Formats: sequence, C-alpha cells, structure tokens
Amino acid sequence: MEKIDFLMAGVGGQGTILASNILAEVGLELGYDVKKAEVHGMAQRGGTVESHIRWGDKVYAPVAIQGDVDYLLGFEMLEAGRWPAFIKKDAVVIVNRYRIPPPSVNLGKARYPREEELDSLLKSAASRVFWINATEKAKELGNPAVIGVVMLGALSSLVGGEESAWLNVIKRMVPERFVDLNLKAFEAGRQIQLA
Amino acid sequence: MKKLMTGNEALAYGAYLSGVRVGAAYPGTPSTEIMENFARYPGVFAEWAPNEKVAMDVGIGAAYAGSRAMVSMKHVGLNVAADSLFYAVYTGLKGGLVIACADDPGMHSSQNEQDNRNYAKFAKLPMLEPADSEECKQFMGIALEMSEAFDTPVIVRTVTRISHSSSPVEILEDGPPPPPEDLPLYERNPLKCVMVPANARQRHPVIEEKIKKLADYAETIAINRIEPGDDSLGIVASGSVYQYAREVFPNATFLKLGMVYPLPQKLIKEFASRVKTVVVIEELDPFFEEHIRLMGIEVKGKDIFPMIGEFSPSLIHQCALEAGLIDAPAVEAEAAATAPAVELPIRPPILCPGCGHRGMFHVLRETGVLVLGDIGCYTLGFAPPLSAMHTCGCMGASIGVAHGVAKAGVKDRIVAVIGDSTFFHSGIHPLIDVLYNESNITVIIADNSVTAMTGHQQHPGTGITLQKKTTHAVDLEKLVRSIGYNLVDVVDPYNLEKFEEVLENHLNSGKPSVIISKRPCVLYTKEKRTPPQVNADECTNCGTCLDLGCSPLMQEENNVSIDPMLCNGCGLCVQVCPVEAIVHEVN
Repeated sequence: MEKIDFLMAGVGGQGTILASNILAEVGLELGYDVKKAEVHGMAQRGGTVESHIRWGDKVYAPVAIQGDVDYLLGFEMLEAGRWPAFIKKDAVVIVNRYRIPPPSVNLGKARYPREEELDSLLKSAASRVFWINATEKAKELGNPAVIGVVMLGALSSLVGGEESAWLNVIKRMVPERFVDLNLKAFEAGRQIQLA
Repeated sequence: MKKLMTGNEALAYGAYLSGVRVGAAYPGTPSTEIMENFARYPGVFAEWAPNEKVAMDVGIGAAYAGSRAMVSMKHVGLNVAADSLFYAVYTGLKGGLVIACADDPGMHSSQNEQDNRNYAKFAKLPMLEPADSEECKQFMGIALEMSEAFDTPVIVRTVTRISHSSSPVEILEDGPPPPPEDLPLYERNPLKCVMVPANARQRHPVIEEKIKKLADYAETIAINRIEPGDDSLGIVASGSVYQYAREVFPNATFLKLGMVYPLPQKLIKEFASRVKTVVVIEELDPFFEEHIRLMGIEVKGKDIFPMIGEFSPSLIHQCALEAGLIDAPAVEAEAAATAPAVELPIRPPILCPGCGHRGMFHVLRETGVLVLGDIGCYTLGFAPPLSAMHTCGCMGASIGVAHGVAKAGVKDRIVAVIGDSTFFHSGIHPLIDVLYNESNITVIIADNSVTAMTGHQQHPGTGITLQKKTTHAVDLEKLVRSIGYNLVDVVDPYNLEKFEEVLENHLNSGKPSVIISKRPCVLYTKEKRTPPQVNADECTNCGTCLDLGCSPLMQEENNVSIDPMLCNGCGLCVQVCPVEAIVHEVN
C-alpha cells in the first residue's frame, strides 16, 4: 500500500496550519485518501505546534506512526529537532534556518542548541537533511507570513505530482488579494537548490 | 464530490443537512469550531451563549418548540450543562436535540481528562461516537432521527483527534429539508415537561424502559458492526482509537462501535463467541471493558492499555508488543541508539507579545498578593517568570475561591483574576456572593474584549453576535456597579504605574472592589506599534525586562536585544528598565 507521511513542526503563529491545510488538499487533488491532524487552542500561544498530514491509498489514523514519517518540515530549528524518533531512515528533512528562542533561553536558564548540533541530531535519524532560509525568502517577498508556502515550494520539487495541482490548491485556499504573493512564495521555494 | 473537513466542520455540515435550525454553544477547545461553522450556513440561527448551561437550555427550548437543535461544548462544558441535560432526558423533546461534545484525552487544552461516555450511562441517554469526518456528518443525522424516534436528547461524542483532524467528506447535492411554512403552535404538555416530583416519578420508569429499547435498537443499527478478519484476535474499539487499532492490527476481526451507549449485548456475545481473544482498546476509562466483563465475557483491556492520556498508533503498537499480541516493532528503531544527546529546551505556551495581561501580572507579582485565578489565556500568568497566579480549577472558580480563602482567613492580601468572557460565563454569581456575604477581596476582570484563547469568539460584552450581527453590549462596569460595588476602576494594564496605584488603593480600601483591567487582545485587533530599541551601551544586562516573560526580549552576551519581527511595541519593557536603556524611537 502506498503512503506518504508528512510532519510539520513549528511555533504557534508561524503559519503551519495554513501550510498543512494546503498540503492535505494537494494530496486529495492528486487522488490520495488524506488525513490530517493538529491541535489548536492553547498551543497557538507561542507554544510548540505539530501537524500530521498523511496521504495513502487508504489512511486510517490521522497521526503518523513513530519512525515511519517520510518528510519532516521544520518551520523553526529547535522544533525540527524534537522529531527524530518520528522519521524513517530515508526520510527527507527540510529545516527553516530560523530561531525563536523559548522563554527559558531568553531568561538565560537554558541554551538554544547550535545549528551543527541540530543538524547531527537530524542526520542521525534521516539521510537527507536540507537547511533553507525560508524566513529570509519570505521577508524578501515582503511578508514573513508566507514562510509556510516557501517551505511547500521546496518540498514540492521532492514529492512530485504535477505542479499545477499545488498551484490550483494555493489559488483556491488563499484569500484572493494574497494569491500572487503566495504563488511567488511557492515559486521561490521551488527554486531553492536542495543539496 | 469530496471535500476535506475537520470533524468539527463535518458535524456542523451534518447538522445543517439534517435540518437543525437552532444552535447554541460556549466556545471550548476542541469543540469551538462546531458552532462557528454551523453559524455560516443559510437559514440557521446560531449563538454563543454565556455558558454551556444556557446553551443547553436554549437547545432544549428550541427542541420543545419542534425545531431540530444542536448544542455543542467541550467535555468539561457538559459538567456546567449537566443539570439541564438530566431534566431533558426526563421530559424528552419534540424536535431532535443533539449535544455535540468533544473530550480532550491528553489534555491538550483542558484542566482534566474526564471520559464523557460516563455521562451517557449517568444521565441515561444514547451516545454515538464517529471515527472520522464522514462519520461525523452521517452520525449527526442518525442522532437526530434517534432523538425524535426515542424522544430523548442524544450525545455525539468526539475527541480532539476527531474534532481537529481532517478527512474527506462526501458533499451531497441535496440541502436540508425546507423549514415549515407556518409557525407551529407550541404543544403544551405540563405532565411531561413540568418536572415536579409527582410528574418526574411518572417519567423515570419511561426512561428506564427507553434505555432498554435503545439497547435493542443498538443490536440492529449499522454503525455497530463486526468487521471480519482473522478470528484469532478480536478488537473492540470506537472513534479515533478504532482508526489507530486498524493501523496496528490490519488483519484482526473488529467490533466497531458507532453507538457507545447503550451497548448491543447480543452483538458483543456473538463477537466474543467468534474470536479467540477479545481485546478492548479504549482511551481513558474502561467503559466498554467493565460492561463486557459484567456480561461474563473474558476480555483484555486496561491490563494492556493505559487509563491515562491520549492514545496513538505507536502507543497501541508498543502496548500490544509488550503484551505479546504482536511480535514485531512497528519500525526498526535504530535512530534512538545513534542519536547524539542534545538537550532541547521545552517551549510552553506563553502570553503573546503585546498582551495586556502581562502588565497586570507584572504588577501583581511585584505587589506580592495572593492571586486566585481562572480559565483563559491569562492562566499563563502562573508560569515563570510572571509567576502571579496561584490557583486555577475551572471556569468561574476564581472569585468564589478567593471569597473562601478570605473567610478562612490568611495574612495575604487577596485578588481574584478572571477574564471578561469567563466572567460572563460564571463570574457574576460569585461576585454577588462576595458582596452579600462580605469579604474584602479585590476582583480583577482581565478584559481583553473577546474570548481569546479559543480563537477570538464574541461574547455578551462585545456587541456582536456569533452570526456577526450588531447587538446590545453588556457594560462590565455598569453591571458590576448595579450589583452594588462602589469601588470600581477601569485601568489600562499598559500603564504600569497607574495600575499599581489603583491596585494599592483597592487593596488598602478595606472593602470588596472590582478593577477592570482593559486592553483589547492584540492578536484580535492586530494592533502593532513600532518596536522600541535597546541602547546596548546603556543596557547593564540586569534582566529586569526579561522578568516580563516577553518572547522578543532575548538575553545576549552583554546586553538584551529585541526581535522586531516578534515585538508588538507595547512598551512595558521601556517602563520597567531601571537604567532607561530601552527607548521608543524618537520621531
């Protein structure tokens, strides 16, 4: 049975919910059965957020099985580092090179891990770990809110499926006045060389 | 055509398709979006009630009048609404009444993880439990028909992973049945609907008889079914847990229960006689397990799976492996062995940059008062470094608890903190008690002018309804004064000096008083000011500003910095800096 599991990890307010909605709809557009799970409420207030998106011939559980996730998208570096146990050996990890220090770090009571540490942590779990500057790209486009779509652009070149499926969903799901911005963000993400 | 919907969206869609015309709810994660989505359909009335009990009575009234109605709430909301639920079971209804109620195993956003299946048995009414969004849509229709056929309210129970998970839903071409052309005359039936003891005694046997009939019906209803597989293992499950178990035991024989109360005894017996081992997998309480055990059937359940916390496919797999139900791990676990040890600091939710509650808690902490708290975003004020809330139990508890502490007598000066929406929910009665029974506490209504934590819902103080109509706005200050409070101040928590002055004045007054700490939620107003800047030469890195617990403030090696992308420009840090190193840009 074919299946692709995605996990998005970030911080409340970073736009993981829109990105996960788009990714779920793309799966449906490509003809898969789709389930998606996330938690709202208190977690939105600057806490850790995670979204599971599952594509497959038939999907039962909306959350993925530990060690079986195919793609991990880290919207924030530290948050990406929490999920090695969830990803499979040949998974792809895309990490946005952006830090939001948690309160304990701001207060000097804990240390934010270095990029190399997070990189080796992720590489111990998955063979392909790509670091991208999605926040920077989004800022260049004039709106930091589109990092999620930049990340999806980068992801799309690895996942495959016709580009039109992705574009259709973005056009359908984004408010009209933001469609151009988001299409540009998607394209900018697609152009990122993953190496 | 299929459309991805969350469970909550699908419940709303199902209610709309089934002709529900009146809906009432109080927001609460993970149930909030049920009524938000229902409110968008044409031709329906939907409201945010001040609390779940009011919502329940509104739903019951609509159903008495013959309309189909839906009431929605989170699990603990049903505690608030329980009194009404119990009488509605006795009286029955004319139109169908569904209570869509969402449990929160794992307590993603709740104060407890009660298993509301117990309410079905306790209040004696049927309960359905959908396992994905398509079932959410369908079960809503089944529940309404059942409600009318058996003259009883019906609960449709979800959990967080059903309410907040998305899956495809078949969109139907036909809309709801048309509403009646003429207004009906209310059918007056006091023997059935006035629950004085003499009448209620007549009703109780009817309810017991009804539950028996519903149990017979449960034997035949298609949503309870045996899904044949390898009969060496038989799994009993419902809801999200059914889906997890399907992943872990792809070949087992399943008894999938769509109706979780009353249970189909004959079907369970048939299932048990067919399979070699019966394993019940259920989150939280051993609800099915105890019932099946009482039938004299040998089952495994809580000896394998925990009574605490949320399940997942991985957890079920692990427990099943340990119990010898399966013999291979889900995936080869080699990563754990080779992963380098990196300490990852946790990231708890915190008050947003620019949140007005921060200024209030800063002053409360500095004043050293005892703070009896309540439920909302402001509960986050308990956490370091603000550390300025000392109790929080349930909606509306703060004021009564503060009054009780005062009556017991402590040296501390006592403050109750309650949000505006929570105050409308259940803060008014205890505020009356404080005055009536005389305790000299100060109540702070933390007024951010919206129900913020659940995602910015309207409430009786906002002047806007759920369906976006302009309406009467209850004025908090006038309301409080009308009770009889004469020491009442409205103060902006962005102004720390003023806030402290007012607070000291109230605490020293020797009488009960109310402070309305008014600052609209910045996430809602989207108000953002220019971030201040740190003058690195002046900053002594003393950390005073960091005690505000504001995420843009970051301790660097020699000074503090402000991340302008995160900063809201509220200026609290400018006010607390002892050396004036943080400054608003001078234009």
